[in-house]
Amino acid sequence: MTEILIVAEQLDGGLHPVVGELVTAAQGLEGDRALVVLGADLNELSKTATSLDVDEVYVVEHRLLLEQTSEDLFVAALEQVCRQTEPRVVLIGRTFLGRDVGPRLAYRLGVGVAQDCIGLKQNEDSGRVVVTRPVYGGNAVATMAFGQQNPQVVIVRPRIYESVEKDVSRNSEIIPLTVNLDSSMMKVRHIERVKSEVEGVRLEDAQVVVAGGRGIGGPEPFSQLSELADILGGAVGASRAACDAGWADHSLQIGLTGATITPDLYVTVGISGASQHMAGCSGAKHIVAVNKDANANIFKEARFGVVGDWSNILPSFIVAVRDLSTG
Amino acid sequence: MNIVVCVKQVVDPDVPTSAFRLDDETNRVRVAEGIPPVINGFDENAVEAALIVREETGGKITALSVGNDFAMDVMKKPLSMGVDDLVLIDDPQFFQLDAYATVCVLSEAIRKIGEFDLILCGRQASDWDNAHVPLGLAETLGLPSITMAQQIEISNSMVLVHRVFPDGYEKVEADLPALVTVSNEIGQPRYPTLRGIMAASRKSPIVWTARDLGIDPARFEPKISVTGLSIPPSLGECEFIEADTEAEAGSRLAQRLREVKLI
Repeated sequence: MTEILIVAEQLDGGLHPVVGELVTAAQGLEGDRALVVLGADLNELSKTATSLDVDEVYVVEHRLLLEQTSEDLFVAALEQVCRQTEPRVVLIGRTFLGRDVGPRLAYRLGVGVAQDCIGLKQNEDSGRVVVTRPVYGGNAVATMAFGQQNPQVVIVRPRIYESVEKDVSRNSEIIPLTVNLDSSMMKVRHIERVKSEVEGVRLEDAQVVVAGGRGIGGPEPFSQLSELADILGGAVGASRAACDAGWADHSLQIGLTGATITPDLYVTVGISGASQHMAGCSGAKHIVAVNKDANANIFKEARFGVVGDWSNILPSFIVAVRDLSTG
Repeated sequence: MNIVVCVKQVVDPDVPTSAFRLDDETNRVRVAEGIPPVINGFDENAVEAALIVREETGGKITALSVGNDFAMDVMKKPLSMGVDDLVLIDDPQFFQLDAYATVCVLSEAIRKIGEFDLILCGRQASDWDNAHVPLGLAETLGLPSITMAQQIEISNSMVLVHRVFPDGYEKVEADLPALVTVSNEIGQPRYPTLRGIMAASRKSPIVWTARDLGIDPARFEPKISVTGLSIPPSLGECEFIEADTEAEAGSRLAQRLREVKLI
């Protein structure tokens, strides 16, 4: 019997990177692990899935799942999978899809759900899952314990866990499952996705992010920030103040009301570090701050800081970074 | 066109973190005396979206909130922005409702409000960041749910939404009635006009209790409960780079980052 059901979301025809991370998270819980892959023509993908450290791979094939765009169908399919396999825990990545599908699945099954978890473990006495999740814009961390109903639906923030190593010799058992879906279940109809023209690395995937805030004083300095980001192979971001002022596009916004980033290195220029901004970058491993106010909140979270006028500091910093990166 | 907008009173997320206090007994964050709460920012975006839709379609907007200890001048903001009615579900028994209980109370209140075409909510609340009450509400009421709207249009009994997507937007549509959550990309909430503020001051909210909704709060069983709340320690070990000139500090910062292999 499957105890932990891991939803294997797809990205560009392969498995989403978060799936390997969910397997790692599941290793910390007791019980057999199963991946569920949903889509159409899943031969290749289910083989890939068997190389992860799981006991079973459930394969749910349905022609309506080919497009992978209907949350309504995912929720309906997962509800049926849960009723058939009766898992104790369901793990879903907090992706664009997962953060909607997870709660909807939970409400449909009448069970508890924890959104955006950064840690999970099993309570040794009760056997129930206990999660930690950032609340109040990352200014506090809550511990939450599930009640008695199963499944316990846990939505895990990406890039918190290391991905499990692939092992092609693993060969987990493939088990096809049948679900009943019809197009009337698609209450929300997908029309199209329109891509905005963003050059370079996506903010939320970037290993290095360089961002500007109110303190930079205008739109022009963003070209310097872009230059720095290019040298470091990273992406440019902005605080809400900079976006609201029209200095940067809203798609660059980092914070509670924007992107959540998890880079190794986050360089902030003229950002004070209000709690709503910190909510979007609490996953950054190392913060470097340039700000004229030595008491700015950002320095409480930063590993390295320079107090002063960014317009004097940044040019020499960029030159030195370029020299060191090429040298 | 009848629109219901759900709004929540929250701790002001723009207060400095030093003003945050933990209440160990209730596992809630409190702020220093004298700092007023605000309406959740995304919920104000939802109010703005409702006003934009009403400009096109006409009709009536009802703002709805569940809680207790309402700060009335804060909660009246949607009225001063231009919504028609304000319904507050105010009952001491609703202290610290979890998301599931909130969904239950909101859905009963919406049924009592009566006919509606569109329910609008903010995409998430800045306190508990659950982002699942609107989804639960849609599931409970059997409505289509569309999240993260940056643009909403109504035509032929359908709602057409542009959803914020990580690298662009997604166009979707659904038949009314439907529930839509609104993101900040919809645009800045309008400032209340003087006329709006005057009109709001003359209006009283409609206040309902658990009994008015036929809800027995004792029935609520938490499906998940908060067992602890802590403030993560700040690193407090920022290494400040100093030099004779600011330009020199810039290059020294780069060297230091190189030494610790961050670049």
